[in-house]
Amino acid sequence: MYVAVKGGERAIDNAHAWLASERRGDTALAELSIAQIREQLTLAVNRVMAEGSLYDPDLAALAIKQARGDLIEAIFLIRAYRTTLPRLGASVPVDTAKMAVVRRISATFKDLPGGQVLGPTFDYTHRLLDFKLAAECAPETPATAPPDPAAVPHVTDFLNRDGLIEVNPQSAAPPSDLTRAPMELPASRALRLQALTRGDEGFILSMAYSTQRGYGRTHAFVGELRIGLVAVEMEIPELGFAVQIGEVELTECDSVNQFKGSKTEPPQFTRGYGLVFGQTERKSIAMSLVDRSLRWAELGEENTGAPAQDEEFVLMHADNIQATGFLEHIKLPHYVDFQAELELVRKLRAEAYAQQEAAE
Amino acid sequence: MTDQAYNFAYLDEQTKRMIRRAILKGVAVPGYQVPFASREMPMPYGWGTGGVQLTAACLTPDDRLKVIDQGADDTTNAVSIRKFFQRVAGVAVTEATTEATLIQTRHRIPDTPLRVGQILVYQVPIPEPLRFLEPREAETRKMHELEDYGLMHVKLYEDIARHGQIATAYAYPVKVEGRYVMDPSPIPKFDNPKLSGSPALQLFGAGREQRIYALPPFTHVVSLDFEDHPFVASKADHACDLCAATDSYLDEVIIDDDGGRMFVCSDTDYCGGRRAAGYVGRLGGQA
Amino acid sequence: MNALSQHRPLLSVQHLGKHYGPRIGCTEISFDLYPGEVMGIVGESGSGKSTLLSCMAGHLVPDAGRVVFDTALGPRDTVQMSEAERRRMARTDWAFVHQNPRDGLRMGVSAGGNVGERLMAIGARHYGAIRATAADWLGRVEIAADRIDDAPRAFSGGMQQRLQIARNLVTAPRLVFMDEPTGGLDVSVQARLLDLLRGLVRQMGLSAIIVTHDLAVVRLLADRLMVMKDGRVVETGLTDQVLDDPQHAYTQLLVSSVLQV
Repeated sequence: MYVAVKGGERAIDNAHAWLASERRGDTALAELSIAQIREQLTLAVNRVMAEGSLYDPDLAALAIKQARGDLIEAIFLIRAYRTTLPRLGASVPVDTAKMAVVRRISATFKDLPGGQVLGPTFDYTHRLLDFKLAAECAPETPATAPPDPAAVPHVTDFLNRDGLIEVNPQSAAPPSDLTRAPMELPASRALRLQALTRGDEGFILSMAYSTQRGYGRTHAFVGELRIGLVAVEMEIPELGFAVQIGEVELTECDSVNQFKGSKTEPPQFTRGYGLVFGQTERKSIAMSLVDRSLRWAELGEENTGAPAQDEEFVLMHADNIQATGFLEHIKLPHYVDFQAELELVRKLRAEAYAQQEAAE
Repeated sequence: MTDQAYNFAYLDEQTKRMIRRAILKGVAVPGYQVPFASREMPMPYGWGTGGVQLTAACLTPDDRLKVIDQGADDTTNAVSIRKFFQRVAGVAVTEATTEATLIQTRHRIPDTPLRVGQILVYQVPIPEPLRFLEPREAETRKMHELEDYGLMHVKLYEDIARHGQIATAYAYPVKVEGRYVMDPSPIPKFDNPKLSGSPALQLFGAGREQRIYALPPFTHVVSLDFEDHPFVASKADHACDLCAATDSYLDEVIIDDDGGRMFVCSDTDYCGGRRAAGYVGRLGGQA
Repeated sequence: MNALSQHRPLLSVQHLGKHYGPRIGCTEISFDLYPGEVMGIVGESGSGKSTLLSCMAGHLVPDAGRVVFDTALGPRDTVQMSEAERRRMARTDWAFVHQNPRDGLRMGVSAGGNVGERLMAIGARHYGAIRATAADWLGRVEIAADRIDDAPRAFSGGMQQRLQIARNLVTAPRLVFMDEPTGGLDVSVQARLLDLLRGLVRQMGLSAIIVTHDLAVVRLLADRLMVMKDGRVVETGLTDQVLDDPQHAYTQLLVSSVLQV
């Protein structure tokens, strides 16, 4: 007798056990520790923190381990955890001018107050596989210098003094929160930046690249890129002032873009902005280009119909957790709708044949 | 054995209140899509996160939950969601439609009639019935606001012009109480008549698209059609090969390499109930 | 229609104005249009005639003035209407023929569907009847009956424009706005379209406002004429009178075709 497919529950349990064993791999080899992932796969950890919207390197490392190195899966784990956390309050805005920079470069000025700091970058490495890394080997000790306690002013502030660059509007109004309120379109710039900073690195990169190739031309320079630790401060109501509760590593990019000017405004430079958790240079630069591109209406530029100018298109498709969920859901059974289609197609074909025969 | 690391039914109480407010608004304006701040759930978007959030917001410890996918309680995703609520809410579960107080479903309405007091929660992938005619959310919201639904009928007109009939087999659009055009989720059009006048409260949740909508009990729901091409709730022209039912939606199952096939109820509880009562279909007796 | 409404203007435009920053789009425009009348608005590009048309049709929000339409419930200022009311009017009492048929047609929908859309939007629910009406209208704009299921992207420019006209007139609108309806077409195609339009205007007793830079169009279709320059009306009168005996220097230039418009 025919028995409908049963045993979904047992199949799931077995699959989970198999997955756990695959994750561990060859047990003759030492197991990865969370600390090892955190210290040696830092950039993966950073990406998971940035797109998971949760600054916690240990949890990000755990998620990477659990996800077998699938970063989108790891981001998903972090997001699902984050959503259950209580909200204690909001910090005061971080002051990136007071960042303890480990890297700070400007493509627009050769030298500037605070100096250019190359920092730990892949930029000028030759991309040759280093076979020495295949064996364990201690790295060279890098040169050090005493930290400079002086604040490092933003490059865009220098341009600002001459009125050569637009002034960022200041607002004390709290921005809306993408994770607590449904997305509303058209979105404020604050909301757009939130969506971009947690958006998929690959998607944001491709969008930014498309603007460089002429699909909504931005013609951007990196005015400044800086990476380092900034203090996180919170107002404590009982104290009446803000105290530092920790520090986070951030990557900030101010891109400088041309603006032709309008009837009412003389030509000046405009800004695109990127700010991302951790050392996430590519993402931060890309974010600043996409931010700038989405501002076409506000700056009175032409809408050329480029994807990176289309707010709804960018914001509704930037989130990799939404995207991968919906993409992969087509694996789920669709017997019922498929059956409905099957019957329809059969009926349409039968009628088409009947008509043909009648005509002959 | 509830998992103590999480609040009852996983979501925190604030979030549940937010979702309940959206549900109430949806009930007050049947068929209207209420935006809500959908949370990230521990299952992927597209796998029922909207339905799961509705269920989480509605569940009480006394509820008896049934979860079906494609009409069946034993499909993997139904099992997974049912296990989730057993773990985080510790509620009783059942496979019997008549015993359940809350039923979460994907792609079907049970063939056993629902009763007053039951809640049917639908998982919805794309809540916007106009989406594939007009991709822009800002524009479709305006079309709903202005009751500008001419385009919806243009689609049906085009179907008839091309195929001689309306070529929509599932997610067949409906009009609710003469006002909002609504996507009933990808249920087969066979199920559409059950939407109207149902004694149960019907809730629709789209997690990724951040929308909730509702049909309060006994809401009048009409499938869109033309006077001379009326809506027909069709299904495979067979009886169930296991229980001989002629009034249930059927799955087609391929049983051998020679194109042999059989038709069985998609609603496993309905089919099982009939067989227990002694009904036997064409292949139901071969043991 | 009662005796009173026959003497009431269908559309009364009062002190209408629209600025783009410091630049004048159009300003201080006032005129009345009576039922059955066709008003032509002429001027070179940049004269403000398109801005005026967009303000009247509700596509642009004017910054001054009123656009009073004689609705079924009596005269109402359409500028003050909610968008819902205005859209409802735009798909029932009004029609708008765009210069580029692509802006006024659904290019992926069949010709029959394009004509049927307005009928369905106002509640037609009988497929056979909708199709018959669509077929009738295709005939009236000289499109062969066997093209009813073809999408307009397969049509020539002239056919597309005729289809757009059918799509607009199928619900017998009380007021039709036309923006350069013959623009972008070859001269021979223009002549045929113009002929067709004249026939429809006479047959249906259409009330229309036609914006164009082509004096041949207004001579053939318009009862009255407004001449615009730099956002203002410089001359107005009966079409023949304005064209045969222009008073304003600019109109004289326009008529003598010295102006390259």
